[in-house]
Amino acid sequence: MKFVDEFRNNEYSKKLVEKLNNISSEKINIMEVCGTHTMAIFKYGIRDVLPTNVNLISGPGCPVCVTPQSYIDTAITLSQKKDVIIATFGDMMRVPGKKGSLSTKKAEGFDIRIVYSPMDCLIMASQNPSKNIVFLSVGFETTAPMAAITVLEAKQKNIRNLFFFTAHKIVPPAMEALVQDKELKIDGFLLPGHVCAIIGTKPYEFLSEDYNIPGVVTGFEPIDILQGLNTLVNLISKKEYRIENEYKRIVKTEGNPIALEYLSKAFNIVDSSWRGIGRIPKSGLEFNSEYEDFDALKHFKIDYEEYDGSPGCKCGEILKGKIKPTDCPLFKKLCTPENPVGSCMVSSEGTCAAYYRYHRDTK
Amino acid sequence: MNDTITLSHGSGGVQTNRLINEVFFKYFNNDILNQMNDAAQVDVDFKKLAFTTDSFVVNPIFFNGGNIGKLAVCGTVNDIAVSGAKPLYLTSAFIIEEGFSIEKLEEIVKAMALEANKAGVKIVAGDTKVVEKGNVDGIFINTSGIGRIYENVNINCANARVGDIVIVNGTLGDHGMTIMCERNKLGLEGNLKSDCACLNSLVDTMIEAYAGIHVIRDATRGGVAAVLNEISEFSNVTIALDENKLPLKEEVKGATEMLGLDPLYIANEGKLCAFVPEAYAEKVLNAMRKHPLGCEAVIIGKVTGELGQKVYLNTVVGGKRLVDMPSGIQLPRIC
Repeated sequence: MKFVDEFRNNEYSKKLVEKLNNISSEKINIMEVCGTHTMAIFKYGIRDVLPTNVNLISGPGCPVCVTPQSYIDTAITLSQKKDVIIATFGDMMRVPGKKGSLSTKKAEGFDIRIVYSPMDCLIMASQNPSKNIVFLSVGFETTAPMAAITVLEAKQKNIRNLFFFTAHKIVPPAMEALVQDKELKIDGFLLPGHVCAIIGTKPYEFLSEDYNIPGVVTGFEPIDILQGLNTLVNLISKKEYRIENEYKRIVKTEGNPIALEYLSKAFNIVDSSWRGIGRIPKSGLEFNSEYEDFDALKHFKIDYEEYDGSPGCKCGEILKGKIKPTDCPLFKKLCTPENPVGSCMVSSEGTCAAYYRYHRDTK
Repeated sequence: MNDTITLSHGSGGVQTNRLINEVFFKYFNNDILNQMNDAAQVDVDFKKLAFTTDSFVVNPIFFNGGNIGKLAVCGTVNDIAVSGAKPLYLTSAFIIEEGFSIEKLEEIVKAMALEANKAGVKIVAGDTKVVEKGNVDGIFINTSGIGRIYENVNINCANARVGDIVIVNGTLGDHGMTIMCERNKLGLEGNLKSDCACLNSLVDTMIEAYAGIHVIRDATRGGVAAVLNEISEFSNVTIALDENKLPLKEEVKGATEMLGLDPLYIANEGKLCAFVPEAYAEKVLNAMRKHPLGCEAVIIGKVTGELGQKVYLNTVVGGKRLVDMPSGIQLPRIC
């Protein structure tokens, strides 16, 4: 069992598609919340094989896409401070700010480095004692535990030259904001497998209990997605409102208690602004008082004011699933991966990037 | 000799000569180079030559499966070979950062000589420059090369035709993932190894099997996706690939999955794509499979239509998606 090839089996996927075609003929709107799901759906051409009555809507689950433009501009400001090294996930490099991106600033000579884990910053801090390392700490429940472990270790080791510019977000409150939006008619959710691996399935139960919307946790291989859709379409057609887990090889009902413990040690839950969506109560994470010395904004005394940029960009409506990227007047014209207007076009999990990369001309 | 390269090794004096004699001539040694002329003087007896140049700046300089020197020879040899030519002569120019270890330089030069010898090419001219610390990252190498284009062979990226079968000589993305994992010290266990190799003898085998092969390209930077997009554009055709036929090592599959990268876009240094008319595809494939660098050769797709200038992938679930020209550098995802 290699956990990859088995989930890309051609024959079995055909059977799942066949089954899916026979469940229901009603029009069904399903939102895949997670950007990795969006990418996988496009990458494997899953939309091509779905019955026409099943409509997939891409949601706001791309950490880069929901980070406001003010964040990039502030990260650039931080990079220009004396003796600062910016450490970032690769995805953030090409996101457009008001005046350039981290990538263009790097080319201008500012010290901006890609890391694969926040833990890399601990080594960077010890190897560069005369510099201040600022980690751009973004992402959902998936990356936040690593940031928490890193800050705990930094404190324990008394590392004084590592700071975090945090903009972590948590997913369920954003989903609640979406289901409260009357313009959106979502019949069911494909729930984000990676996030669920950390937080479990319980935080989604409000969907079925309060809003009569079922959800299925699923993985990212084509068989995972097709199986998840089968279960979800079944629940929707039978009006059975509950949360099912089709990613049991990774996701436990209670999530990952160790990761959750680290999260609660380092962070407080706060209100947070989502790019294109607005302020969502209790949807963000911020260091608690014990770790506030590691907060880059506080250390560098930056008065951070949030704003969204990109005039004309329809990212907000795209992130909420109200329109498709192809409905945006900028798509493919002014906004391309080479010259992105909004972060949805540049992130590897962005909906616009998925449409552009995999589906812009397919007939 | 001192242990490290200093600026005086590039100043043209005694130290330069000593470096040339004790490192470069020692390994590159051949009749043309030994004449010590300002330019290599070579006799030729053919009408059409292939001429190419490439610069190499890899980090890390040494990696599993090779080093910058081996890469510099293979890269240029392959560019000549896939043009339907027999590589004959290379030049090599080194830009070295002061403080670079002479022992390491010797190891690089040795690898170049070994690879050149295997490929049957001579390194006939060269140059060395030393720059101050920080001005280059260790060592940069440029190689140029010429080769004799075989008669009755017309390999050109504008020659792909409808019905052509697309063949690759083995697993994709090995070099790029090896470099990425070693450079970033990702700590991935397994046997990731660069596929860096000279492909000229494999190309000879292929041409011997069928001299009318339409296109051969080595799939280096940008991976198979970039090469196929170029061929699709220059030949003005649509190419369709089959996802379940793409040859991938488990290690590469795992690493690309984890980082959110697509192996179609990852660099190779010992892989080529060939476009062969359907009637001859089996013959070429069988010949390739008898060669050590082609034993894992497979058909990955075919040219399906004219006037397309697009590359598509038929996915494992029966869907279809675009394989776009790569844009920007491949960046790993957040989660």
